[in-house]
Amino acid sequence: MSFDVAAVRGQFPILSEIIDGLPVHYLDNGASAQTPLAVMDAVRHYETTSRANVLRGVHRLAERATEAYENARARVASFLGVPTMEVVFTGGCTAAINLVAFSYGSLLKPGDRILLSEIEHHSNIVPWQLLRSRSGIELEMLPVTTDGRIDLSALPRFLTPKTKLVSLAHVSNVTGALLDVRAVVEAAKSVGAKVMIDGAQRAPHGPLDLPSLGIDFYAFAGHKAYGPNGIGVLWGRPELMEAMPPFMGGGSMIGRVTLAETTWAPSPRRFEAGTPAIGPAIGLGAACAWMQALDWAGAHDHEMALVQRLMDGLQKIEGTRLFGPASLQNRYPVVSFMLDGVHPHDVAQTLDSFGVAVRAGHHCAQPLMDRFDLDGTTRVSMAPYNDNSDIDALLAGVAHAAKTLR
Amino acid sequence: MSDQLYQERIVALAKAKTGAGKLENPTRTVRRDNPLCGDRVILDIRLDGQGRIAELGHQVRGCLLCQASASALSAVAVGRDAAGVAELRHDAERALGREPGDTHEPFDAFAPVASHKSRQECVLLPLEALKDALS
Repeated sequence: MSFDVAAVRGQFPILSEIIDGLPVHYLDNGASAQTPLAVMDAVRHYETTSRANVLRGVHRLAERATEAYENARARVASFLGVPTMEVVFTGGCTAAINLVAFSYGSLLKPGDRILLSEIEHHSNIVPWQLLRSRSGIELEMLPVTTDGRIDLSALPRFLTPKTKLVSLAHVSNVTGALLDVRAVVEAAKSVGAKVMIDGAQRAPHGPLDLPSLGIDFYAFAGHKAYGPNGIGVLWGRPELMEAMPPFMGGGSMIGRVTLAETTWAPSPRRFEAGTPAIGPAIGLGAACAWMQALDWAGAHDHEMALVQRLMDGLQKIEGTRLFGPASLQNRYPVVSFMLDGVHPHDVAQTLDSFGVAVRAGHHCAQPLMDRFDLDGTTRVSMAPYNDNSDIDALLAGVAHAAKTLR
Repeated sequence: MSDQLYQERIVALAKAKTGAGKLENPTRTVRRDNPLCGDRVILDIRLDGQGRIAELGHQVRGCLLCQASASALSAVAVGRDAAGVAELRHDAERALGREPGDTHEPFDAFAPVASHKSRQECVLLPLEALKDALS
């Protein structure tokens, strides 16, 4: 049976809104995805029937809140294919990477090396630069191929016994290129390096089996994966997490506090200081359950058909250039392009007047833009609820920009 | 489809590219970036003996609004000192609806940007650069 996109769209009320007389053609999912009713219902249910703090109170609302919060952890763990208590809730994907940069980073010594790439989002560059300025570690960058993939053929040149961590994007937020994680892990393990994967752009496209990847850390954001804002996830290999000091101090993360010293709770509590984002965590749990119930084989085929329709249509508009993999293999539905003679922001603004939402600019990947001497790109990032009408409206808008703005 | 923002005058200003290019012997060169969108303006100015702008050249790596603003600025900046440039800034702010009062050519062309808050910095970036150059 073919993928029923209308049934999926029906679960996202915002997609049937008319705003200023225009329909909603939402193609900015890489920045933030829309959220289905199941997520809104879960958050509302918590707020209206179970709102209280977690892990402390003995009253029945606190019991309900704690149960809902820990059920959410179990749902996220199931989505990732890992044991429940290996999931740490964070403030977002950026927060998760910063956690590792701070806590794992504190175990590193001057001269130790961390390997990143030129394609990374600023969230997977700046935390390591901050660590470098604190601790004297060294950073190195894998190059990027002209079709927007991390050049893994360079791995042997960059990996040395001093390399302690390789941290790379699972899917590029600019080009949609999928990383061959197993190849990275195999190479990294040969020198004893750990591997962290930034899954911000991969998690919204279906369940994962983290143990099969052989990695050490995985991070993703709730709001890009159909969940609420202000919540993200870090998974870490338990023996590493147990060796890492806390990122923040406060309530919940302690073993025993005296005025002289404090001992730490085991992970995940060690890394969840203070009252967590309870409602958003419950919402993310619902989003993970929603994703697990979706037909992802069908959804992926549907998304790739949209990518093909988009690429074919763009190539018919004079002066468009694609930046990223030309094929549908080993990619996800993120497509960047340039329109000669028209700045990406002007393309995006014109698209807005057609009711089409995209992102334009450097996509928090300025080193990648510098590497290819780009002002920026216009980025189309899709989700299973997008359909042909979204792509066709976008193509009409790009053609209009090409006609009127140059 | 609605084209409220890219009205004819804005597009014409951008296409005119008034003042585009480098100066050979600038008194000062400044660069200003918008970290949010990546727009960049490099401005060369040559001053006369009284601190007034004798010549101005701009290199814009940015959107149409930023290009149009640099073009508009180049058309009216020559002969002005820092106070005169500040008055142009007020004119732009009035066009964008950020200050009360009437606005004048050429910055009145940017009135359609008043309802697009996220794009207003694109218009103001060349003015910011010129302020830096004169400070």
